[in-house]
Amino acid sequence: MKAIREMIVKEFLQIRRDKRMLPIVILAPIVQVILLGYAATVDVKEIPLVVSDMDNSRESRELIARFTNSGYFVVAAYVDRPKKIDEYLDGSVATMAVLIPENFGKNIGTGRGTQLQLIADGADANTANISLGYASQITAGYSQSILLNQLLKTSGGLAPPQLKVETRVWFNPDLRSANYMVPGVVAMILMIITTTFTSAGIVREKEIGTMEQLLVTPIKPHQLILGKLLPFVIIGFIDVILVLGVAVNLFGIPLKGSIPLLFGLAGLFILTTLGLGLFVSTISHTQQQAMMTAQFFIFFPMIFLSGFTFPIENMPKIIQAITYIIPLRYFLEIIRGLFLKGVGIETLWPQALALLVFGVTILSLSVLRFQKRLG
Amino acid sequence: MNIGPVVRKEFRQIRRDKRALGILIFIPAVLLILVGYALNFDVKHLRLAVYDEDNTRTSREFVNSFVHSEYFEYKYHALSKRELDEVLNDGTAHLALVIPRDFSQNLLSGRQATVQVILDGSNNNTAAVASGYVAAGIQDYSRKILTEWLEKRGRPLVIPIDIRPKLWYNPELKTAKYLVPGLFGLILMIVTVISTSLSVVREKELGTMEQLKTSPLKSYEIIIGKAIPYVVIALISASLIMVLGALLFDVRIQGSIPLLYFAILIFVLGGLGQGLLISSIANSQQVAFFVSVFSSLLPSFLLSGFIFPIKSMPLVLQVVSNLQAAKFFLVIVRSIILKGVGVGAFWEQFVYLSLFAALTIGVSSVRLQRELSR
Repeated sequence: MKAIREMIVKEFLQIRRDKRMLPIVILAPIVQVILLGYAATVDVKEIPLVVSDMDNSRESRELIARFTNSGYFVVAAYVDRPKKIDEYLDGSVATMAVLIPENFGKNIGTGRGTQLQLIADGADANTANISLGYASQITAGYSQSILLNQLLKTSGGLAPPQLKVETRVWFNPDLRSANYMVPGVVAMILMIITTTFTSAGIVREKEIGTMEQLLVTPIKPHQLILGKLLPFVIIGFIDVILVLGVAVNLFGIPLKGSIPLLFGLAGLFILTTLGLGLFVSTISHTQQQAMMTAQFFIFFPMIFLSGFTFPIENMPKIIQAITYIIPLRYFLEIIRGLFLKGVGIETLWPQALALLVFGVTILSLSVLRFQKRLG
Repeated sequence: MNIGPVVRKEFRQIRRDKRALGILIFIPAVLLILVGYALNFDVKHLRLAVYDEDNTRTSREFVNSFVHSEYFEYKYHALSKRELDEVLNDGTAHLALVIPRDFSQNLLSGRQATVQVILDGSNNNTAAVASGYVAAGIQDYSRKILTEWLEKRGRPLVIPIDIRPKLWYNPELKTAKYLVPGLFGLILMIVTVISTSLSVVREKELGTMEQLKTSPLKSYEIIIGKAIPYVVIALISASLIMVLGALLFDVRIQGSIPLLYFAILIFVLGGLGQGLLISSIANSQQVAFFVSVFSSLLPSFLLSGFIFPIKSMPLVLQVVSNLQAAKFFLVIVRSIILKGVGVGAFWEQFVYLSLFAALTIGVSSVRLQRELSR
């Protein structure tokens, strides 16, 4: 026990001695969660429109007003010829164009019907998809109200049957991106800090030759490992507290679930990241190697395949199968469930179990490999 | 100028480390394939739970009209409100449709019928798209009942405004077309910023920097010599992405290829400058790595417009996003690859990139020179 304690003291001394290390461990996660929390948003609003209104009637103006009043669109420019929209879309001044033909209002009024062309910049597929959705809903709503008025006038007050939808949004009623992304950012930062420090910390001793010195001391391999890992567990938990504080206080993300449960499950997640870090350190000779390996073989798959930004259900079946071995996937489900839905262990136990199994497996595998190499 | 030996030494060191070389060259390809095949924002196959209190032929027909699209997948038939709670809580369903008891009666007697839709809003993007699909589905069904009602009265249905949506630049709305150009920025950042900063700091940490200092090399020769191999590797990865992007995902370069390479080169120089700057500040590889990841990788992933539209960010962050080169690079790359427009459309971004490169390289060489001549 004493040996472990001394190892931990040595690690903390080392962290303190590197003047830039402490700010990175403490400040970087806070700065990151603030930056990323604000940045990681897919809200689509204030879409810049270029409008070519060849009709300039009451109806066409009403339509444009409906666009801007919805809050989703702002008019970036009016052009007097349809051809002119090109330059606005090419230069990304506008990402959507509305082309109102001549006689738009007249054809509506006489019940003949008219056409409306909407052009979206598809380069950003997601934004284009959502913008077109909004634009179609707005136009269809306008079209519907015109139709109902005309029918009421001609059918002598007899109303046609109508279907109305009442939409309710649960868990995140304002559809705030931050509510979804910030818990994910918390998980991501936790992963990056703990994995890199463990992998690089151990390889560093190999690289600068101090591993030999440690080996000739009476410390046992498991004490060495524990002494190396525990400081990062402590740092990991400090970071969890800091980052959660920012998430709740600055972003006002409601933490509906149980806090002790969150810490317990974060502990399970750290188990897996430390195990992965240790594993990387057993297969690397230099810190550069260790960090590149961690980055490409751990961070990238975790970020891309965990559902952090890209929904898992859209991936091909084979890739979906791979996501089951991504620990971040489970922790994301846990942390989002706890934050937004306020669910408890009765809903989250499968994810917790998966983390436990993964953590214990990877950690014991790495410890075995590590001991063999030391021996 | 005598930079040959340092370049050779650096290449030899990179070659000795087979894994690092493999990572630098082949992982970009793996990432590309991943981004191209696996990742997209398409919202399809939304898991739908239905609680049909009405349970008549009309209500079942209505539900069927929803299920018969690729957007929804009929996942759960709930028998009570409580069951709906459960399936939304544990994520079995993304959205729930509640059909009230008087649904068919209201429709048949010409009154207004109301259905309720409950969306799991936790993923706001999915929810926003889903609500659009729901609205479209409801509209289709309304149109159908309206047509039937009018037909009974012997009148045709004329839709006042017929919407003709059209997409430019990326007609099939492929996420790959948007993400592949964005991948350039991300990968080049890693190859340049992280690799250069680590490779310089490594010499400091291992004490071999002293050996370089005592050699007859001038300090600028050491800096340039260390940077050149990473420029070469960066250009190789960029070419690989271009070729694979065209072969696998049909992302063809609409604009001028020399112009694209020129932009890549300037961006790479900026990345090298940033890496050198970090290495002049950091004394250990761990610190260098963290500063690199937090100042280049994460911003070029999150603040560059690669995935998240910059327009949606708060104003402060839109200002902050100007501090990194990836944002401007991305505008250029997307313009050249997807839109095929010429330099006139993005000369401002070019100027900015050049300034960024000049500034970072200038400051870092002064700092490193001071350190090396000490």
